Amino acid sequence: MKNDPKKLLRFTPMERANHWLTAIIFFLAALSGLSFFHPFFFPLTQLFGGGVWTRILHPFFGVAMLLSFGGMFFRFKQQNVITPADREWLRHVREMAGGDDRNMPEAGKFNGGQKLLFWLFAACMALLILSGIVIWRAYFSFLFPVEAVRVASVVHAAAAAVMIALIIFHIYAAIWTRESIDAMLYGRVRRAWARQHHPAWFRQMTGGEK
Amino acid sequence: MALQSLDITRRSATTTPSPSQRKTQEVVKLIDVSKCIGCKACQAACMEWNDTRDKIGTNHGVLDNPMDLTANSWTVMRYSEVETGRGLEWLIRKDGCMHCADPGCLKACPAPGAIVQYSNGIVDFQEENCIGCGYCITGCPFNIPRLSGKDGKVYKCTLCSDRVAVGLEPACAKTCPTGAIVFGTKDDMIHHAEGRVADLKSRGFAEAGIYDPLGVGGTHVMYVLQHADKPGIYHGLPKDPSVSAMVTLWKGAVKPIASFALAAGVFGAFFHYVTKGPNEVSEEIEKEFKDEK
Repeated sequence: MKNDPKKLLRFTPMERANHWLTAIIFFLAALSGLSFFHPFFFPLTQLFGGGVWTRILHPFFGVAMLLSFGGMFFRFKQQNVITPADREWLRHVREMAGGDDRNMPEAGKFNGGQKLLFWLFAACMALLILSGIVIWRAYFSFLFPVEAVRVASVVHAAAAAVMIALIIFHIYAAIWTRESIDAMLYGRVRRAWARQHHPAWFRQMTGGEK
Repeated sequence: MALQSLDITRRSATTTPSPSQRKTQEVVKLIDVSKCIGCKACQAACMEWNDTRDKIGTNHGVLDNPMDLTANSWTVMRYSEVETGRGLEWLIRKDGCMHCADPGCLKACPAPGAIVQYSNGIVDFQEENCIGCGYCITGCPFNIPRLSGKDGKVYKCTLCSDRVAVGLEPACAKTCPTGAIVFGTKDDMIHHAEGRVADLKSRGFAEAGIYDPLGVGGTHVMYVLQHADKPGIYHGLPKDPSVSAMVTLWKGAVKPIASFALAAGVFGAFFHYVTKGPNEVSEEIEKEFKDEK
């Protein structure tokens, strides 16, 4: 059973809905944005009804992203405060990637890598939104000097590339760590999973049992 | 837009060669500022030939009308009253697209074929391919392209590419009553301009010169200026224009490299998976929790 009450609640229905809404908008924003990134990707405009529609829609995907990601940010920011244990975790991240978790400090609800990723997402989003306003020609660009628009164009492209790289990493980490996609889909995780990947959170949830 | 199709030197957002078998002579429109009387016949001729009509504006107390380039006014006369060593001078510059050899607009454009450069040097917008993003405005070192509020497309001087294609001179050159605008091959125009500069120098304009800025690879609209050392006095004509370093960075090699890096990231993840395997719950812990499945 997917939602056996013996399992531990990791993400509430609202958290899951917010996450997947953000994920969907991310794909819309990334695919439409890539079409302006390099001519190689321009055919992606066909997914959105052609070049003009893609140009019209992309900034509005950005606005939707601001709202949806903004929701996630405030929902999760408290849980993503980086602690000394997280820094220690990050120092051992190479061992973790190599498949050796013996020296990893006990992770709480989120490990150091997840927390770092959270703040990098937030930083990229902030850069994308701010630069995106400056280069939104239809409504805002005329408010800014051309040199600011040029700088914003570079910042927007760079932050977008970093954001896409982070998302590739995020998706892979979720595939690599078995059952974590289930956690975001269905909300609950097996106690064994929690004990394995987030021991400190496991203890907190079970009151120290096992 | 124009009739030419086999002599395309560059095409926006296109990484393979465009049809370029046909080779035409490089052309230039030479604007001799010292001969201009500011009659605006060129402005009228431009609208007449291109069938664009600007809104009737209001008088701002100066001759400039309209006050700026628009999607309908592809050329405007810029009037500057300037104190020089010769006293008060009234400098009148016909502003419009310079048709750069290294066009920042074309470099910035993300829409394939929305901007082309013909082998004769004309940089032409193909509005049916334009997506209205305004990146050309960001790329242009001369602040020329104008986004139309009517259709969301960008417009600018075509150097009458349609007329030039059939052996005619641009409408503005055709109509200019003082011969301040002349049109021909780049070589001929430089030769003509040199004669004009020599004449101006003989009449006391020691700094007279040709405006053909190398920062953008030279232009296909050139000026003869009485004070070529101070182009800024001609309503802010840039002294040493070039495609901004930011635009070069934005449109340079970094993006294809970043695209490869992203692709490499995906491959890297896949090969990490097949070499290191998934990150699963250990057997030991599974045993501890075997009651739960």
